[in-house]
Amino acid sequence: MAEAIKQKGHLAHAGHGSHDSGDHGHGHDHHDQEEMKTFGFWLFLITDVILFGVLFATYVVLRNNTAGGPLGSELIEMPGIIASTFILLTSSFTSGIALLEMNKGNKKGLITWLIITALLGASFIYLEVNEFIHLVHEGANIGTSAYWSAFFTLVGTHGLHVSLGLVWMTVLIVQIRRRGITPVTKRKVNIVSLYWHFLDVVWIFVFTIVYLMGVM
Amino acid sequence: MANHNAHTEHGDHGGHEGGHGSMKSYVIGFLLSIVLTIIPLVAVMNDMFSKQVTTVIILIMAILQFAVQLLFFMHIRDEKKPRYNLISLIFGLVIMLTIVAGSIWIMTYNAVAT
Amino acid sequence: MWDKIKDFSSEFFVTGDPLILGAQVSIAITMVAIVFVLTYFKKWRWLWTEWLTSVDHKKIGIMYIIASILMLFRGGVDALLMRMQLAAPQLEFLNAEHYNQIFTTHGVIMILFMAMPLMFGLFNIVVPLQIGARDVAFPFLNSLSFWMFFFGAMLFNMSFVIGGSPDAGWLAYPPLSGLSGSPGVGQDFYIWGIQISGIGSLATGINFIVTILKMRAPGMKLMKMPMFTWSVLSSCTTIIFAFPILTVTLFLLFLDRYMGAHFFTLDGGGNPMMYINLIWMWGHPEVYIVILPAFGIFSEIVSAFSKKKLFGYKSMVFALMSISFFSFFTWAHHFFTMGTGANVNAFFAVTTMLIAIPTGVKVFNWLFTMYRGKLSFPTPMMWTVAFIPCFVIGGMTGVLLSVAPADFQFHNSYFLIAHFHQVLIGGVVFGYFAGLYYWWPKMFGFKLHEGLGKWAFWFWNIGFYVCFMPQYALGLMGMTRRFNEYNFDMGWQPLNVVSTVGGFLMGIAFLFQVWQIAHSIKFYKKEKTGDTWDGRTLEWSIPSPAPMYNFARTPIVTEQDDWWEKKQRRLRGEADAPEVVQAEQAPLEPIHMPRNSGVPFVMSAFWFTAGFGFVWDWKWMIVLGLGGVIVTMLVRSFTYNTDYYIPVEEIERTEAAARGAH
Repeated sequence: MAEAIKQKGHLAHAGHGSHDSGDHGHGHDHHDQEEMKTFGFWLFLITDVILFGVLFATYVVLRNNTAGGPLGSELIEMPGIIASTFILLTSSFTSGIALLEMNKGNKKGLITWLIITALLGASFIYLEVNEFIHLVHEGANIGTSAYWSAFFTLVGTHGLHVSLGLVWMTVLIVQIRRRGITPVTKRKVNIVSLYWHFLDVVWIFVFTIVYLMGVM
Repeated sequence: MANHNAHTEHGDHGGHEGGHGSMKSYVIGFLLSIVLTIIPLVAVMNDMFSKQVTTVIILIMAILQFAVQLLFFMHIRDEKKPRYNLISLIFGLVIMLTIVAGSIWIMTYNAVAT
Repeated sequence: MWDKIKDFSSEFFVTGDPLILGAQVSIAITMVAIVFVLTYFKKWRWLWTEWLTSVDHKKIGIMYIIASILMLFRGGVDALLMRMQLAAPQLEFLNAEHYNQIFTTHGVIMILFMAMPLMFGLFNIVVPLQIGARDVAFPFLNSLSFWMFFFGAMLFNMSFVIGGSPDAGWLAYPPLSGLSGSPGVGQDFYIWGIQISGIGSLATGINFIVTILKMRAPGMKLMKMPMFTWSVLSSCTTIIFAFPILTVTLFLLFLDRYMGAHFFTLDGGGNPMMYINLIWMWGHPEVYIVILPAFGIFSEIVSAFSKKKLFGYKSMVFALMSISFFSFFTWAHHFFTMGTGANVNAFFAVTTMLIAIPTGVKVFNWLFTMYRGKLSFPTPMMWTVAFIPCFVIGGMTGVLLSVAPADFQFHNSYFLIAHFHQVLIGGVVFGYFAGLYYWWPKMFGFKLHEGLGKWAFWFWNIGFYVCFMPQYALGLMGMTRRFNEYNFDMGWQPLNVVSTVGGFLMGIAFLFQVWQIAHSIKFYKKEKTGDTWDGRTLEWSIPSPAPMYNFARTPIVTEQDDWWEKKQRRLRGEADAPEVVQAEQAPLEPIHMPRNSGVPFVMSAFWFTAGFGFVWDWKWMIVLGLGGVIVTMLVRSFTYNTDYYIPVEEIERTEAAARGAH
């Protein structure tokens, strides 16, 4: 039997004897393949939960250690942060719509909504980079104090994750254009969308703990 | 191999993908998440409550927001048994909270001069 | 120009030490020799197609084991050098700097580059066979994990001859490991070597969890899984929660060193204690990560050589899983002396004592399995039996250490050193040796010579006690770790000499093992049955070594220790369940297998390049390395043709050949 396929994408289904058990055809395996990968990715996300957990722990422990330098509340400008929060929330929603379009089998709709999601993500990154530039101009960089080290590392790691997500989405859009909606591309869209929701959740906590509690 | 097992343990199987999540649930989720973002924002920007109360409120809102994403966007409810995704998530959250709370607890006694 | 080259190379290569010069020369000669042999026998293509690009879990497992035995050799040499220094500190065989480097690399290599890969090697070889699968869940990722480990280990080991070894201890506490304490590149080699191999470990953890949960043979319910598979599941669970902590912690240390951040520095509001707190959140679960699979191995072996079902299967499962959970709640016992106050210390003292309970349960289970069993004592069983008292003593001293007020006395003394060597050697090393001897025939198709194995066993065991028992006493006499000198009037020398003798006995034991392997290869005797030990689990139901697709037909499992029960049924003349008969007589089908891929090797080589660039802060090399990583990822993402079918005729040929050997 062919259950041992673990690799994505397989082409030839033809030419194999049917199973006596009937329901373990190759299409079926495929489904399992993609299901396993989705589960594997979910576990990866959980490791990412831990990763951010450690960064949050570090931030919280070092939040008062400004070594006489500027405080977060002095330099953080909330309007930009609020805008980027709503942008990211919306992009989480649009990536969900992309998924719905995919389940309907609408390739064009899928690509359109993925592009919208990616654009929202890009504007989030644009705002974040601007914020960082502003902070550096105001005299706060990663070496200013323990507080700022923790701040830039936590926020920056999230930003890096979003940027990677953008690259990934772009690559995925190319693949969908070439290959259409197949079990493989479907699984890829599913996990990129999981990833995207996950980043949204992380941002909510960054927003709450770093920004809201920082300016309180 | 996997599929056989899947059969024995949860009858029929379906993966994550496909078949669930409707426009309605996404819209509800989206609206809820907007509301849950605005509440803490208003509470903090207008200094409506004391510091402790505000902290509690905004943390609760963040946790609710997390739940919304999980339920409406990540479809954690739709998982078939055995719920490995949910189990691993809970385990992960427990460890994550241990890391954060444990660090805070231990480091309270080892704070250095700021 | 010439001067520039001279300046550069004096900084780049480690110079001025005859020992290291010797190592440099011998490494160069070995490399030339390997290249020569491969070229002379025209083996390059073979190496690439059969091994370096292989995604076969059995081959990856063998590569892990070879690498870990080489690392055991290096870590062992480090240990003997330290013992020589301590037996006669007046001779100054090693100076302080060199001694610091050696205890650092000894620790890192033994845990991360010896124990971990040996463990992963056994995972790879055994787990898919035990659960009746054709490979792991993600074979490509599996290959990537191995190469990440391999290149990470190479990067770390390189520091020995290039740039200088790290010397801030195996966990590299700041501020000593920070830029102010360690301005050289050694610490950067440490960070990047561990970071790169750590990514591989994390991926392996995910891979095996998915494999075990999703790829078991039909009928193998969770509670019918072999105990080793359970132990792998619990170990991997611990890996995926613990390794991200290590990754972040080392990343923060890297930011401190490279970007001038202030996480763990003494100035700028940094707090070195936070590093200690974080690193032990990984460090403590890590010791359980390596010991849990050893428990699984002992369970398999005890049951196989007692010819009895494992006693207390359910309590064993419960013990394994609860250890992997509670291992996350004891980390502060590594720094009771930090001054964290009575509440924190009390909490962590209690959790530490609690976690000894499930371990105690297991010891009783093994004893009761042996009780009234039909016992036999080939080498795997000997290691298992030797493990029990050794680990019990190690565990007891561990409980002594967990008493927080007493720990202020024991902390960082040789008492501690003796304790953790006893659990790590007596538990992990004995366990993995037992596993190696047990599954060796399954890997290679021949048994290791028993007589030489017994010599090695006795040298290891006697050497172990001679080496470490005196260290408990030395600890209580006040000797602390990490000193390369002590005065004669401290009265520590006699016991240190004894301890050194024990160390060398273990060194001799290692030589016996090398001899044993060489001898067994030379007098190769094919293991014909595939069921060397009259085993109980599925891996013994197929030929040795396993064919590349493992199982020609997917086995149907009906009970725990399925293969054993099936053999018993057949002896009694009873029939198998109809679905089992049907599955065994079903016509063969083409088997779907993953294709080999060079991407994991190349991608890991790029990671290595990037790491090396970061160590020396060569921007072009960082860009080249990271760019290469991204390009190889894209190549993989766009590759859709990743698998193929093994035709029925080929399966028939392979099976007939295996049967013909019967």
